Amino acid sequence: MSAMSNSNWSRRSLFRAAAGMAAAGSLAACGGNTGRSSGGSGDSLVQYFHAYGEAGTEQAIKKYAKAYKDANVTTQWITGSNFEQKLFAALLTQNAPDVFEFHPQIQLIKSGQVADLTDIIDPVKDDFNQADIKSHTVDGKIYGVRMIDDPQFFFYRPSMFEKAKVEVPTTLEELIEAAAKLKTGKVKGAYLGNDLTPVQSPLIWSAGADTLTADNKPAFNTDAVAEGLKQLRTLFTSGNLLLGAPADWWDPSAFTQGLTAIQWCGMWAMPAMQQALGDDIGIFPFPKVGSAGKQSVTNGGWSMFVNAKGKNVEAAKAYVKWLWIEQKKYQEDWATSYGFHIPPRTSIAQSATKLKSGLPAEGVKLFNEFGHFDNIGWTQAMISAVNDVMANSVRKNDDPKAQLAACEKKVDTELKKLFG
Amino acid sequence: MSTTTTRGVAQPAPAKVSKGRPRRGLLASSTFNFWLFTGPFLIGLVIFVFVPIGWSIYLSFFEARFTVTPSQFIGFENYTQVLTDVDFLNSLVTFTVFAAFIVPATWAVSLGLALLVNRLRFMRAFFRSVFFLPTAVSYVAASLIWKMSLFNGVRFGLANTVIGWFGIDNIAWLASPDPPWYWLVIVTVRLWLQSGFYMILFIAALQNIPRELYEAASLDGAKPGWQTFRYITLPQLRATSTAVILLLLVAAYQAFDEFFNLLPKATWGQPPLVELYKMALGENQNYGAGSAGAVVLTMLICVVTLLQGKFMGFGRGEESK
Repeated sequence: MSAMSNSNWSRRSLFRAAAGMAAAGSLAACGGNTGRSSGGSGDSLVQYFHAYGEAGTEQAIKKYAKAYKDANVTTQWITGSNFEQKLFAALLTQNAPDVFEFHPQIQLIKSGQVADLTDIIDPVKDDFNQADIKSHTVDGKIYGVRMIDDPQFFFYRPSMFEKAKVEVPTTLEELIEAAAKLKTGKVKGAYLGNDLTPVQSPLIWSAGADTLTADNKPAFNTDAVAEGLKQLRTLFTSGNLLLGAPADWWDPSAFTQGLTAIQWCGMWAMPAMQQALGDDIGIFPFPKVGSAGKQSVTNGGWSMFVNAKGKNVEAAKAYVKWLWIEQKKYQEDWATSYGFHIPPRTSIAQSATKLKSGLPAEGVKLFNEFGHFDNIGWTQAMISAVNDVMANSVRKNDDPKAQLAACEKKVDTELKKLFG
Repeated sequence: MSTTTTRGVAQPAPAKVSKGRPRRGLLASSTFNFWLFTGPFLIGLVIFVFVPIGWSIYLSFFEARFTVTPSQFIGFENYTQVLTDVDFLNSLVTFTVFAAFIVPATWAVSLGLALLVNRLRFMRAFFRSVFFLPTAVSYVAASLIWKMSLFNGVRFGLANTVIGWFGIDNIAWLASPDPPWYWLVIVTVRLWLQSGFYMILFIAALQNIPRELYEAASLDGAKPGWQTFRYITLPQLRATSTAVILLLLVAAYQAFDEFFNLLPKATWGQPPLVELYKMALGENQNYGAGSAGAVVLTMLICVVTLLQGKFMGFGRGEESK
């Protein structure tokens, strides 16, 4: 029988197959890619991580997960600059992660999104940095395990300072003057990030104010902060500030490529900087703003949380306990092998030889002396409101007092929703 | 008058009559076949379009922060919030400015490219492909290329290198709203991405213009070039131009990717979709207000489209003109 003789049958079959595939495709689309691998032994867990810039981090996290035998842990490595938005959206769906990294924020607790981890942390509570424990505690319950502490400060090139005869700035005025003296035809004076938002909290702290008071009231709307914003505006328009860099503030590229003499960045970038510039690196805290201010350092970092609405809460807690409480070797590896971070566990921090001398040791010193830790009441919505203040008063030249007042109103609304 | 002839040409063989079983029953039913082919897609449409739209309207009447299954009914409070929100109202201004730039610019560039490519005698397919290829690039990828390579604020960005040859200092194209250089970046990236597609539509329309019209015009003394273009080509492209402008306006309403990627953490240059994304899926996770904004925006788009149809005559039959 020739192939042509059954062409009708073939065509009809093809149509049927196509229709079947279309139907199957539509139905399959309902499922979507959950990231959960099938097969394997025990429970299946999904963990969300934002994409760290340091080489080897993704492989490290996957290596730790693979070493865990009681569950099949899949890692979603979320790229892009809007990890928090992707996480918040995912937490509302059936495909929410069981375990995820984030910063302590009270709205996650108030909405019942994160599980109480007191029972797994309590036995080793005293071995943690107590400021980290405090920043994860609400009504006596601890809701997350700190993985790393990340101090952020200014990095500078001592050789350029020497050549321009500039001293390390201790006030915002001195920083602005230094940026002007350091600027040459090819190098800008300073880099505070493309949108300036990484220095918004340090500006508030260095002006002697705070984000919130101890009883959770807005504390950032002060004359000193407004003056600081005005000063920052002069730096923004001076032509001495690096703007529009291809890599943003968390990446040391602008600094290592010689685009700027000073850059706001985190301790995680030290190894990459040392590799590129050797010993020609110094660090200093965000300088004092106004006469009543005090230098400040952001003690950022990342913590592990368990999705309280997930399908495998107990299995997820067991995994977090195994990795971030019991596996001290992995915790030290995570903190010091792919960029420098300060381990929140005192015992690990004390034994981490890489942090004991030179620039890392100086970073640890600034962390202890000038550091401000996460405030669990200072949520992403409030951070976003201050982002708008930076955009409008520094980059757009609106009145800082009016902007701070508008921001205070937004923050107040948030606080009322959270605390009544 | 027809110029073709069938003399001497073999007639096509009559179609073979199928000797198979006659189709009958359910499989022969055209209704069954209609549902077989459209059913899966209709199910998808209902699940992924109609249900979300209905749910969004439902959410717009509730206090829905950090939840899509709210319980607190608040009436029109979300609508009041959105309609008095300065950022949302500014986003409508941003859209208007964007549309005012991008619609005429794309129309002119794509028509210009179509005219150029259409006149080519050699390598026409090559140039057509070259101009069409950017259509296949994702908006996110293109935005990142524009932001990180062409229009970054440092000395080795392409734009800054070029202006540097004329002794002009580096410009931070996206950092500040004053001067608003960001419009140059946003408009050029979209022009690059979409002009090729509309060029193809114009080429198709150009090829449909009867040559006799040009020959007749030539006999009447019309000069080739601008005169022919003004009085023959342009009027003949009216229907295509109207469709292109409508498509461009719809695309401008949908602007999201390039604004979102080029202007993060800015309070200016935010079109409605970015503003609604920030409202609903940003840090506030306010699905109620975001949904109310979406309803308002949808109604606005409907009104504008109807008005445009009325003024430009799109969709009107020849007999009613």
